[in-house]
Amino acid sequence: MKLKTFKLGGIHPPENKLSAGAPIEILPPPGEVNIPLSQHLGAPAVPVVKKGDKVKVGTLIARGEAFISANIHASVSGTVLKIDDVVDISGYRRKAVFIKTEGDEWEDSIDKSEELISEIKPEPIRIVEKIKEMGIVGMGGAAFPTHVKYMFPEGKTADTLVVNGVECEPYLTADHRVMLEKSDEILSGIQVMKKAGKVDRAIIGIEANKPDAIEMMTKKAENIPGVEVVPLQVFYPQGAEKQLIKALLNREIPSGKLPLDVGCITNNVATALAVYEAVQKNKPLVERVVAITGKKLSKTGNFKVRIGTPAGKLLEALGEEIPAHTSKVICGGPMMGKAVNSLEVPITKGISGFILIDGSEAGRREMENCIRCGKCVYVCPMGLEPYLLERLAENKNYGGCETSGIVDCIECGSCSYTCPASRPLLDYIRYGKASVMRIMRERRQK
Amino acid sequence: MSKQLTVSLSPHEKGDLSVKQIMWGVVIALIPTFLASVYFYGLNSLRVVFLSVTFCIVSEFLIQEFILKVKVTAFDGSAAVTGLLLAFNVPSGIPWWQLLVGAIAAIGIAKMAFGGLGNNPFNPALVGRAVMLASFPVQMTTWPEPMQKIWTFGADAVTTATPLTSLKDAIREGKRIVDLADLIPSYFDLFIGNVGGCVGGISVVAILLGGFYMLYKKIITYHIPVFFLLSMVAFTGVFWLIDPDKYVDPLFHILAGGVMLGAWFMATDMVTGPMSIKGQIVFAVGGGILCGAIRLFGTYPDGVAYAILIMNAFVPLIDKYFKPKRFGKEVNYEQ
Amino acid sequence: MNPLILYPVFILGIVAAGAAVTLFLVAKKFKVDEDPRIDEVLDLLPGANCGGCGYPGCRGFSEALVDAADNGDLAGFMCPPGGSDTMSEVGRYLGLDVDEAEPTAAVVRCGGSRQKAPQQLHYDGPAKCAISHALFRGANGCPLGCVGLGDCVDVCDFDAIHINRETGLPEVETEKCVSCGACVEVCPREIIEIRPRGRKDRRVWVCCVNKEKGAVVRKNCKAACIGCGKCEKVCPEKAGAIRVENFLAYIDPEKCIACGLCIPECPTGAILATFQPPKKKSRAAPGKTAAEKVAGKKVETAKEEVKQ
Repeated sequence: MKLKTFKLGGIHPPENKLSAGAPIEILPPPGEVNIPLSQHLGAPAVPVVKKGDKVKVGTLIARGEAFISANIHASVSGTVLKIDDVVDISGYRRKAVFIKTEGDEWEDSIDKSEELISEIKPEPIRIVEKIKEMGIVGMGGAAFPTHVKYMFPEGKTADTLVVNGVECEPYLTADHRVMLEKSDEILSGIQVMKKAGKVDRAIIGIEANKPDAIEMMTKKAENIPGVEVVPLQVFYPQGAEKQLIKALLNREIPSGKLPLDVGCITNNVATALAVYEAVQKNKPLVERVVAITGKKLSKTGNFKVRIGTPAGKLLEALGEEIPAHTSKVICGGPMMGKAVNSLEVPITKGISGFILIDGSEAGRREMENCIRCGKCVYVCPMGLEPYLLERLAENKNYGGCETSGIVDCIECGSCSYTCPASRPLLDYIRYGKASVMRIMRERRQK
Repeated sequence: MSKQLTVSLSPHEKGDLSVKQIMWGVVIALIPTFLASVYFYGLNSLRVVFLSVTFCIVSEFLIQEFILKVKVTAFDGSAAVTGLLLAFNVPSGIPWWQLLVGAIAAIGIAKMAFGGLGNNPFNPALVGRAVMLASFPVQMTTWPEPMQKIWTFGADAVTTATPLTSLKDAIREGKRIVDLADLIPSYFDLFIGNVGGCVGGISVVAILLGGFYMLYKKIITYHIPVFFLLSMVAFTGVFWLIDPDKYVDPLFHILAGGVMLGAWFMATDMVTGPMSIKGQIVFAVGGGILCGAIRLFGTYPDGVAYAILIMNAFVPLIDKYFKPKRFGKEVNYEQ
Repeated sequence: MNPLILYPVFILGIVAAGAAVTLFLVAKKFKVDEDPRIDEVLDLLPGANCGGCGYPGCRGFSEALVDAADNGDLAGFMCPPGGSDTMSEVGRYLGLDVDEAEPTAAVVRCGGSRQKAPQQLHYDGPAKCAISHALFRGANGCPLGCVGLGDCVDVCDFDAIHINRETGLPEVETEKCVSCGACVEVCPREIIEIRPRGRKDRRVWVCCVNKEKGAVVRKNCKAACIGCGKCEKVCPEKAGAIRVENFLAYIDPEKCIACGLCIPECPTGAILATFQPPKKKSRAAPGKTAAEKVAGKKVETAKEEVKQ
């Protein structure tokens, strides 16, 4: 049987899912955490604690006040040391709350038991409020506040909940492990989200390189009406919402529109788990599963860690040293993640893995002339012409960029991956896209 | 851990294919054709190929090193491909200095003058051939007979006419196709290459072998060669159906002359072809029709080189008007 | 003569004559009436087409000048490469007075050299400041300092700015600089500033644009302004040219009298000048080391403050 996938473009990089076999281990809370106030898309949260305050696990420490923003909770119990700048993954300084750990005391309202609660009591509107209150954001990478997805604009309805279990990025395995070990919770979370979005149908898309997860989820979902598990062909960037909806439902989101415009809501499996815990167990988003992997590591693993833990703690827990000649540390997947310059960066809600890359693989090849092979055009999942956009952006022809559809670019990196001349296609396109978006914003304001 | 970590922008993964691999891949794909030419034309063909490749690489090296003073990329394989294709497009008895003129025209004028690899609008090997054909019409149309005096150098071999030339002459004299049976070689001879012609244009089987290798290695896609040949079959087929006495059948057309070499190796040149699949199909169809038209109605017996050069000139226009299908455009999904 | 030669000569001659007449008529008919002064003014301009005046090339500028002259006012027009000489010539030709503009030059306001602000990581990507700036903080950790990838060098039409290989910073050759402002515009971090050349080419400026707290800046760069305010205090009262805002000192070029008093005062050596500054009275000889000692102490105290 030919598996479903999206039709346009795409690549298949080496999968390297090294840590797929490592069960999730629980990392004890570290001695100190720094919790950035801007872990999500949108406005940073506003702190509600001050230096010296005592907090418990799950205490609200910052409130997301803007429409697109999210609450942030303490991930350890202890004392607030300070609220100061911390270097985030792009290297810029952002405000963060530093908490010194003292014991591990949780807020009383949180249900810490393992018992599965599948009966959904709250009304849809209450569920959305709960999701907002508990600071749930998309855990696949973009960290878009989840409650916003369920606040439909006037006149819009959804008919399908698309659950993303694709994990199309090489190396990453956090979602895979979560699906294997927390499948009941995920399915319950999906039921919660179905109720919140008032949809009767949910489709879970999982790539075929995770046969155990597909089997597990299919078995568990059999008795649940309106939940369907669909295996997908392994193809990057299938985890992007536009490509995923195209692959699963053959619906194409029009340029510049959202999944809701084709009647879909998309959420990650890890988000489904977080929603379950938030709504059924009253637990805010204070921990998540993160993979730590790399070809030169003798052991790789998946850990459930508290938000704000420095990435270096993962290696410690693994009992590994940083391998010699490691010259790049990637936060997120290798296709869309960011390279960081130290292992001190705190783990945030949207980070699903850390990858240590050896020096032999870290550098880029020398750039050559474009030989017009057209491979970037074939692999672009949005049907753009990366070679042209690169040239236009390099020459600052932003008008040309706009008419050539640069804002449609999902920055998946397929073009740069494929380019035989090693041209920095995505670098220029991203730069051009940012400039065009700025110009468009200014034009709208006028 | 190294002292300084590398920070770069995503993607951090990189595919394996490089320009060098593509170019040397084409060279490998051309090896069967080269062997076939040595089999049919002997050492003479070896001489032409060796000289042509050397001239092309050396002239690229000299131009980059001493005239343009840029980074030397003469050994990335692209000059070797040009040299091979140029050699495959000339008769095996060509004097060395004429080959030198062709190589300099190909590399110096068609490629480096436009900014080197990637910036040339016309296929360098074909420009070289066109310059040679215009400058040395006699030597460029003197075809040694295959399978004779294998181990001698020089142009003193017995000459013959290419199937296309003899056909054209005969038709011009008003003869009918059915009377020309002795002039037209068997399809089998055409297929394996036992006919008079260019060094590399004769053996269809060898070219196909190389072509499939390139398809397998994903250096090219099937669109250009297939649509080039199909459109040529369609175009010549229509005339053949109208008047089989005057026009020869399409199978002969795609087997004889340089069509196979052109369709598989010269029309698929990435630099001078369109970017999108749609554009490539337009390019190939245009090339096939032009080639057929030149063969049926033009003065030259074989028109592949000119057909491709003309289509090369249209590439910027094709790129402008035949864009790939965009995601999320032209959809009317309504809730 | 052979008619084979004669005919073509004859026919081509007729064609040529016909074409000449047509061209002449067309040129007559479609002639654009243009103010002859535009060309005259254009001849007076340097012809660099640098765009420093804010008009598209010298021709655009000369059109604007003639336009303005018709309105009787040439105020606000300046040709940076030509300077006031050119402008006064233009004024003379157009019969109007031109403002006497002070000659200016570009200055680079970042001292984060390889030595003072060592690279903390290795950047691997296109060598364009704009891209590097848009996407991450820069290799030396300063989010506001020079990226050092040379967009300003690429944009300079006068070969007046170069990256010093040792320091990794751009340096302006003042003799060549025409202060067209191209580098100011292209710099994504607004480090380059056009400042008056000053009397006798004496000018003083703060070589830093970082507005972060002193302690934060010092972590990355030993040459940064930490906003201590010493220079502000030492600046002569009548000048009052230095102002510290957001942990950053700025010297107002209009008010600065180029006395140079502030220069030895700066603990990090972030104030630069084009002349030899006066020695500090008390510690004349080991001035620099003393200054550095002070700087070190200051940073330590600053660090302690933060820790508390």
